[in-house]
Amino acid sequence: MNKNIVLCGVGGQGTVLASKLIAAAAMAKHIPVMSAETIGMAQRGGSVFSHLRMGEGLYSPMIAERTADLIIGFEPGETVRMLPFLKEGGQVIVSARPIMPVTATLSDSGYNGEEMIGYLKAHVENLTVVDAGEACKELGSTKVLNILLLGKAVSTGALGFTEEEIRAVIKEKVPEKFHELNFRALTYAK
Amino acid sequence: MHTEFLMGNEAIALGAIAAGVNLISGYPGTPSTEVLETVAKHRRENQYVEWSVNEKAAMEVAAGAAYCGARVMVTMKQVGLNVASDPLMSLEYIGVKGGMVILVADDPGPISSQTEQDTRHFSAFSKLPCFDPSSAQEAYEMVQEAFEFSEKYGTPVFFRPTTRVCHGYASVLVRDAEEYTVHEPEGFVKDSKRWVIFPRLSYQNHIKIEARNEELSEVFSGYGRNRIYPADEADASLKKGIAAGGISFTYAMEAREAIGRVRLFQVATPHPFPEKKALEFLEGLDEVLCLEELDPVIERELTYICGKYHLPVRIYGKCSHHVKNAGENSRDSVAEDMRKFLGREQTEEKTQDAFPAPPKLPVRPPVLCAGCPHRASFYAVKKAMKGKKTIFCGDIGCYTLGNAMPLDMVDTCLCMGAGLGIAQGVGRIEPDTSCFAFVGDSTFFASAITGVVNAVYNQAEMTLVVLDNSTTAMTGHQPHPGTGRTMMGQMTERVNIEAVLRGIGVQVVETADPLDHEAAVECVKKTAAQPGVKAIIFKSPCIAVVKPSDVLKVEEARCIGCKKCVKELGCPALIIKDGKVCIDDGLCTGCTLCSQICPVGAIGGGQNE
Repeated sequence: MNKNIVLCGVGGQGTVLASKLIAAAAMAKHIPVMSAETIGMAQRGGSVFSHLRMGEGLYSPMIAERTADLIIGFEPGETVRMLPFLKEGGQVIVSARPIMPVTATLSDSGYNGEEMIGYLKAHVENLTVVDAGEACKELGSTKVLNILLLGKAVSTGALGFTEEEIRAVIKEKVPEKFHELNFRALTYAK
Repeated sequence: MHTEFLMGNEAIALGAIAAGVNLISGYPGTPSTEVLETVAKHRRENQYVEWSVNEKAAMEVAAGAAYCGARVMVTMKQVGLNVASDPLMSLEYIGVKGGMVILVADDPGPISSQTEQDTRHFSAFSKLPCFDPSSAQEAYEMVQEAFEFSEKYGTPVFFRPTTRVCHGYASVLVRDAEEYTVHEPEGFVKDSKRWVIFPRLSYQNHIKIEARNEELSEVFSGYGRNRIYPADEADASLKKGIAAGGISFTYAMEAREAIGRVRLFQVATPHPFPEKKALEFLEGLDEVLCLEELDPVIERELTYICGKYHLPVRIYGKCSHHVKNAGENSRDSVAEDMRKFLGREQTEEKTQDAFPAPPKLPVRPPVLCAGCPHRASFYAVKKAMKGKKTIFCGDIGCYTLGNAMPLDMVDTCLCMGAGLGIAQGVGRIEPDTSCFAFVGDSTFFASAITGVVNAVYNQAEMTLVVLDNSTTAMTGHQPHPGTGRTMMGQMTERVNIEAVLRGIGVQVVETADPLDHEAAVECVKKTAAQPGVKAIIFKSPCIAVVKPSDVLKVEEARCIGCKKCVKELGCPALIIKDGKVCIDDGLCTGCTLCSQICPVGAIGGGQNE
């Protein structure tokens, strides 16, 4: 199974943990895996991405444009920004909840993510939009967006891992007091 | 042996532990920080770890231990090496007894740095060998070899990963704990002819160093990581080759699969350059494309070798403008450079964008976090000094982000600790300007104290503002001399910033809570009006290390929609929804600054209630 995945969003949204969980699931199945994360200044509310690659014969953790099988987008605008990485026929799972950049609030630009979702709907055939605002409200936490989106990637089959496999790595990598909440997020979007 | 999913920096750290490192010192800096942190996390009984006060101190601590025969590593980012360059340049002549690996992480882009300097130059300048890993697995193995080389030749060696190697993860095959090398230091043996630098000793050792590096060039030509990948039969008649180092080597290997397997030379030791191996690579070629980040080091070495041996090979790269000469490389940029070089342009269909131009994307630069006390400090100074002629000299840390609109409170930023000197210099030429220098607590200890002494001694007119958030926030919350904790997990006496300032002779030192807005403004007004050097310590912990208070709420009925809070603070938790100001409860930490400045008291909740 060779697979390229891009995770993208805004610093602080939990893209790194999501990427680590996928990698751990791959490791558990003895699939070679590489990834690259944004670390440093951009983590303070800037655009962040993770590249994740699985399979044999890899040299670089970075993904080339038009070769991603899957983009997991934590924010509509950031997902559009990463779209050049999507391969023909690739799948996009995106949270519809926008994160307002301070610059947009100051200039009253009217950014609300809807235009971005519209653009994705028009140009990505294999698209799943997740109403994360509503889901996080029901789950009672905005911190589980990453697991919510992973859950969707599991149930659509895009991720190539089963719910049990992801559940096992959550158990291993996430503190126990958050297991219950994360399991609910994982199965929420089924 | 077993496999672990490791960040490049973690792989380097585990490699150092496996090599029996006895001491590791460093100063935090992206992208190098996780190396020392990982050693601290996994350290074994006989291993000592410290965050030093700055890179110079770290280099000296490591050198002292290496004099005793200990295996040591010192870690820093590329600009940190500038701070440590004084001990480095002399240590070159003295050498070491135990293996000493100087880990310097370069940052092409730059992504989190103020320069795109290339440590491979520092390696040539200081005549020390340099190892340049291309992946986490290679870094794990190479750092162990670096210790061996260092000990064998009695010299410190550079280990220079770049951001994508440092922060790339991979499943890495590592040794089990039982397979680790245990290194017992012999101890310091007195010998003033060896350890005391004098002109005559430097002269004698200079001769030895030059001879050693000639030998190392030979040795490195036989080092397995300086490797030539032959061309496929189909491409053998093509007299073109690629030379690459670091992460660009991995990009070239990926592109080679798609574009054509031409001869490829991986340069793993850019200094001393493996000349013999390079000659073997150049044999029979007409043209070579060099793929590397930062400066054209490989390109210049190959050009030099072609000149020296009168080889009719054209060397292309940054100098020849075949490759861009700034910023980081990517999979796509390297593939594009190789396609052009090999004359294998993409088909027209492939060169067209897959997607039509998207709607205008919001720009998203990094910002001070919601609730960050630095925002309150900057805002207090801004309000207090409104209408006065001022300059605000910034420094290195999260608070550099105070430059962004709407705060706009950083007029200059140069390097660690420089704000103090800049403020003094401006004051000498513009005596009617109120000169401010902002410095964080970790930066204060690292490199601002001499600036304060300079100001007091030379009777400068300036206000120092110490932004004390009790941590080294930007690099991920490392302890420092003011925190009362060490990297060995011990509690220790806090070095008191106020006492340091008073000890130096600063007469006016005020401490204030920046989140008490009115009091903070008064404090700035009163302090800045005094003559001479005066200091304000704004003390409030980083929001990432304390529990948040209750979130605030905008009372819709009271809000008059003036948007003062949004326009003056630029807090990411303050957003406008359907034309109305509201607070993102996922981001708000309850700092209450916005409620304190709201002209109609429409923002409530938070820590005051």
